[in-house]
Amino acid sequence: MQKRRAAFDALIPWALPIVLVIGWEIAARTGAMSSRILPAPSAVALAFWVNLQNGELVHHTLISTRRALYGLLIGGGLGFALGVVNGALPVAEKLTDSSLQMLRNVPHLAIIPLVILWFGIDESAKIFLVAIGVLFPIYLNTFHGIRMVDRGLVEMGRVYGLNAVELYWRVILPGALPSILVGLRYALGIMWLTLIVAETISAQAGIGYMTMNAREFLQTDVVLLGIIIYALLGKLADMATRWLERRALAWHPSFQPQLVAVAL
Amino acid sequence: MNWAVLYAGQREMELEAAETAWPPSGPTAESPRQGESVGIRLEQVSKAFGERTVLCDLSIEIAAGQFVAVVGRSGCGKTTLLRMIAGLEPASGGQILVEGNAVAGLRGDVRLLFQEPRLLPWHRVISNVGIARGPDWKALAQTALEDVGLGDRGAEWPATLSGGQRQRVALARALVRRPRCLLMDEPFGALDALTRAEMHQLLLRVRREYGFTAILITHDVREALTLADRIIVLKEGGVGLDLTIDVPQQFRAESPSIPRLEQRILAEV
Repeated sequence: MQKRRAAFDALIPWALPIVLVIGWEIAARTGAMSSRILPAPSAVALAFWVNLQNGELVHHTLISTRRALYGLLIGGGLGFALGVVNGALPVAEKLTDSSLQMLRNVPHLAIIPLVILWFGIDESAKIFLVAIGVLFPIYLNTFHGIRMVDRGLVEMGRVYGLNAVELYWRVILPGALPSILVGLRYALGIMWLTLIVAETISAQAGIGYMTMNAREFLQTDVVLLGIIIYALLGKLADMATRWLERRALAWHPSFQPQLVAVAL
Repeated sequence: MNWAVLYAGQREMELEAAETAWPPSGPTAESPRQGESVGIRLEQVSKAFGERTVLCDLSIEIAAGQFVAVVGRSGCGKTTLLRMIAGLEPASGGQILVEGNAVAGLRGDVRLLFQEPRLLPWHRVISNVGIARGPDWKALAQTALEDVGLGDRGAEWPATLSGGQRQRVALARALVRRPRCLLMDEPFGALDALTRAEMHQLLLRVRREYGFTAILITHDVREALTLADRIIVLKEGGVGLDLTIDVPQQFRAESPSIPRLEQRILAEV
């Protein structure tokens, strides 16, 4: 009974997509929907197989992933550092926060023309855009997380003789971590979004380039394949953060099943 | 904080403690080291927040090893007094001496038990108790946990403990380095009556074992009468009443003088 229940819980999220795909396949097969508009799922699967065989898919996916990770590392690192410094030092906050808030409100995709002028259409342009995109959610959540750390705990740490470094590592940072991870999840969404836009506008490789290229030849199946790959990469990133959350926030009552059961 | 210094201080302290043989036999016993080395001495201490004077010319002498309860209405400066002794807040005037030295900041041998347990939720119970780390912290923390009756809960997250258990962990954390002085800011205020009575017994037992000077802030006169050797009523920024309770701990439940004392204190508060 317990096992069947578990299997049911695992399968239920997939029910809707599966029904949708079957309906879609039928519509495409019967000709109710032109393959110009949307190719059959089987055609997309075939395109996946073909592109996997000739190495195109792996090549483009790797390039896109690398851009995404570099951008995340640079932008996220900067955002985190700024958040930590501004959260800890009121002087730094006074100095930089209002400027950062101003910059934050500029849609980062609006500066694409400028970025192309600065960096041309090579790698650095894409990485720059991703970095700008992920910087703000991570900055804001780190800053906010640090500010929201229980003052009582910080005081306790001082009373019990922790020095500034220990206080930071053992009290402030762990206290801010839930908020920082929320920022990371936001940032991952923005990361893929930015990359898609940047790659469709100007690139010579990557998933975005692959789909734009396919569009020129009316290969809707490849276009769709690209979109699905983006979705999968996004999902993968989300799963990675969830895993990270479960590991890093194991202490948190919401990650302890027996406590949740009691609360309910 | 320099661990070597603190540790040396602690060893010295243990030697002294062995010499003076804590706890004193009776609850009102005079401190053997009274005179030049008084536990805590407040000399005309005053504290003001802006225009508002909270404490004014307060002079109190607390013998080493004594258990003092400070009672008063909320806002009378009880907590401020405690925070000043702990070195968390500077006095506006006068000076506070602990073991003959003026308080100039936090000290390793004065520990503070807060109103709330203030455990780090991301550390296991044992790491919370051994928060100050230092050599052998795990073994010391385990001993302290056993002393408060939670020896088997070290590996758990604080979130899985009940309110009383959390406060006991906080007590263990305060005891780990064998403090000379334990300051308590209404630590049992949020607990239910049964748990509170349990905590009282625990505290008395632990004090017999560790022999520290204790200052308990409370608004519960009954609690003060259960635990303390001496009760100080704070009133209008000064000492309203300073009573020594000379009924031995074990007779307090039946003693007829306790209700009378309670009336007297309540009239003063």
